[in-house]
Amino acid sequence: MKLLQRILVGICLALILIKVSADSTSESNIIIGSKKFTESVILAEIATQIIEDSGVEVSHLSGLGGTRILWSALLAGEISAYPEYTGTLIQEIFSEKKIDNFAQLETALAEKGIGVTSRLGFNNTYIIGMRESRAEELSISKISDLKLYPDLKFAFSNEFMDRGDGWPALRQQYQLPQVDVRGVDHDLAYRGLESGSIDAMDLYSTDAEIEYYKIRSLLDDQKYFSDYHAVYLYRLDQKRILGQQLQRVSGHIDNDTMVAMNAAVKIAGRKEQSVAASFVKNNFAIESSLTEISIYDRFLKNSKDHLILVAISLFAAICFAIPLGILAARRPLVGQVILATAGILQTIPSLALFVFLIPLLGIGGPPTIVALFIYSLLPIIRNTYSGLHDIPAPLRESAQAIGLPPVTSLKIVELPLATRSILSGIKTSAVINVGTATLGALIGAGGFGQPILTGIRLDDTSLILEGAIPAAVLALLVQALFELFERVLLPLPLRYQVENKQA
Amino acid sequence: MLKLNNISKRFNKDQALQPFSYEANAGQTSVFIGPSGCGKSTLLRLITGLLASDSGEIIFDDITLSQQTLYKLRQRMGYVIQEGGLFPHLTALANVSVMANYLNWDKDRIDARIDELSGLMQFPAELLLRYPGELSGGQRQRVSLMRALMLDPELLLLDEPLGALDPMIRFDLQQELKEIFNQLGKTVLLVTHDIDEAAFFGDILILMRDGGIIQQGKIEDLVQHPAESFVEQFIRAQRPCPALVDSEQ
Ligand SMILES: Nc1ncnc2c1ncn2[C@@H]1O[C@H](COP(=O)(O)OP(=O)(O)OP(=O)(O)O)[C@@H](O)[C@H]1O
Ligand SMILES: [Mg+2]
Repeated sequence: MKLLQRILVGICLALILIKVSADSTSESNIIIGSKKFTESVILAEIATQIIEDSGVEVSHLSGLGGTRILWSALLAGEISAYPEYTGTLIQEIFSEKKIDNFAQLETALAEKGIGVTSRLGFNNTYIIGMRESRAEELSISKISDLKLYPDLKFAFSNEFMDRGDGWPALRQQYQLPQVDVRGVDHDLAYRGLESGSIDAMDLYSTDAEIEYYKIRSLLDDQKYFSDYHAVYLYRLDQKRILGQQLQRVSGHIDNDTMVAMNAAVKIAGRKEQSVAASFVKNNFAIESSLTEISIYDRFLKNSKDHLILVAISLFAAICFAIPLGILAARRPLVGQVILATAGILQTIPSLALFVFLIPLLGIGGPPTIVALFIYSLLPIIRNTYSGLHDIPAPLRESAQAIGLPPVTSLKIVELPLATRSILSGIKTSAVINVGTATLGALIGAGGFGQPILTGIRLDDTSLILEGAIPAAVLALLVQALFELFERVLLPLPLRYQVENKQA
Repeated sequence: MLKLNNISKRFNKDQALQPFSYEANAGQTSVFIGPSGCGKSTLLRLITGLLASDSGEIIFDDITLSQQTLYKLRQRMGYVIQEGGLFPHLTALANVSVMANYLNWDKDRIDARIDELSGLMQFPAELLLRYPGELSGGQRQRVSLMRALMLDPELLLLDEPLGALDPMIRFDLQQELKEIFNQLGKTVLLVTHDIDEAAFFGDILILMRDGGIIQQGKIEDLVQHPAESFVEQFIRAQRPCPALVDSEQ
């Protein structure tokens, strides 16, 4: 028990240290956040370049996991500003306040210490889209026409599936009968639409793909969707630096401008940075200095980030889970509780965990490491437990009966006999960990998830592979490494057993 | 030397051991026999403190067995478990010297004691570095016995130490063990199924059934004055090979 207490204290200290070091880095400069879709990245990039021009040190943390994550990060001071939409704020962040005009929204935000610019110009509301040919064939032109075809297959972005103003309420409003409705990534849905595997999806009215994929937007004939005017949110305590600069963009981006910028990135394949640079040059005569990072440097950075995430979280998990597994094996009742708790932790969806962790630990590495740590616990605890539990009774009794006290018996008899099981638990955790660490990109932790996320967003397969292949290779390497450990660490006769079993 | 006062053990509904009293004198070999499941191993487990008795007390050389005295007392007992119980990941040598290492004996002392024991048990020194999986059944039994004898305990608890051995080896080991017991003056509690083995080792035989003592005494008492018909049946159930009996006559 003493050991456990010491470990708990150690972990708490480590978390505080991580937190402190994270704080010190984030306070030194201004960070603009963006969501993981192109428009948000472009808007944040525009803001970044304008602020940089005013002589303030600023960086752009792009492609974070969604409204909740950005909002919590803004409240926690992890980021200073990000582009948002009025509709999202009213429907999702302040849903219980029943806000119906901009002034009320401004007040509600101010109460949270958040400032807002006036509208940037365009209204990126939700629309429901179908392939032009398919819509023509069924002569569907407005959302209420969908009622006539209960068999249509819908695919909506996960955010649209869940949010207050999304699918559930839309279905209610229009009394839509369709049952084949699933949540998929927005960018994947386009491909589904093109291949005919789905019939309708949610779109944003400024999506670049509307033209490209020949999509008909269905008329919102009951005026269901609210307005989604783009604005910048910023922390009021940084109004002096940010407010005026961000406000300059207001009114400069109408729907066509936004669609064109989106298309320039998603279809013409230009970088967000350079699209934003053209925009600020044309509108504000600002010359941005663009920094191009080579694929090699990017790979090095991603590898480093990824390895750090995996190494720290896995190491902490090993230090924590093995004693818990031992405790579980020694005290059956406590063991049930430990195993059940670890099992429950394992089932928490990563996004939910991130949203919970951001107020405590901010964004980036620390919350990702904690999440990975949590997900790595169960396999190690369970295998430590079962490795010890499965030691034949005569061996455990012999150890006791010859007079070895419990701790010594654990050290020289039980743990060595459980080594193989424990190592294979660690191996499982490590492989899961390498894969799960790609999700860290959702909250700005970098790693191989970064090119994967960006690749999915831009429909750029080579970029996806730039993350996916090293992640897979790393998983294989980790697996091989632990197999090597197994050979070196296992006592000789236990190794023979492995060979015998295989023979 | 060892006093058992009314110890008993119940598993759920099964009374594995009835309230049981017995006193073993120093230097004496007591052999417990009886049908499978009659509580012999349970008795030894209680004495080593692997199980806690439901009642009564166990007194070892005037010290009552308890959580506090357990670890000290175990160093004065040598226990050979029914299934052998050698640690598969340790060499024979490491198995034998586990406790001595824990007690920080110096290397010379350990080496000397191992030499002595392998001489006593006629265990070839070159086999000491093998793992249990690389030894024959009889060699493993010897290693188990050496481990039990390592700390030179006053009390030996042997649960069928010669089970599963071929008759030749068994015969030899019986001889050797009996000599060792006599030579070293150990107090021994030995469990066996085999009435001949019991008669060979036992100063006193204790015949058990259903967790209780049916009769105790010398083999002659059991044969000549059986307390009940079960005693006769048990002895007769292990009748010698008729061909041998005939040729002896
Ligand atoms: N851990 C346990 N839980 C429940 N019952 C047990 C346990 N250990 C032993 N028993 C029961 O207690 C009784 C006595 O068992 P014990 O092992 O002492 O028999 P034994 O005389 O040593 O038999 P054998 O000669 O076959 O080794 C048996 O009926 C057995 O099923
Ligand atoms: Mg038994």
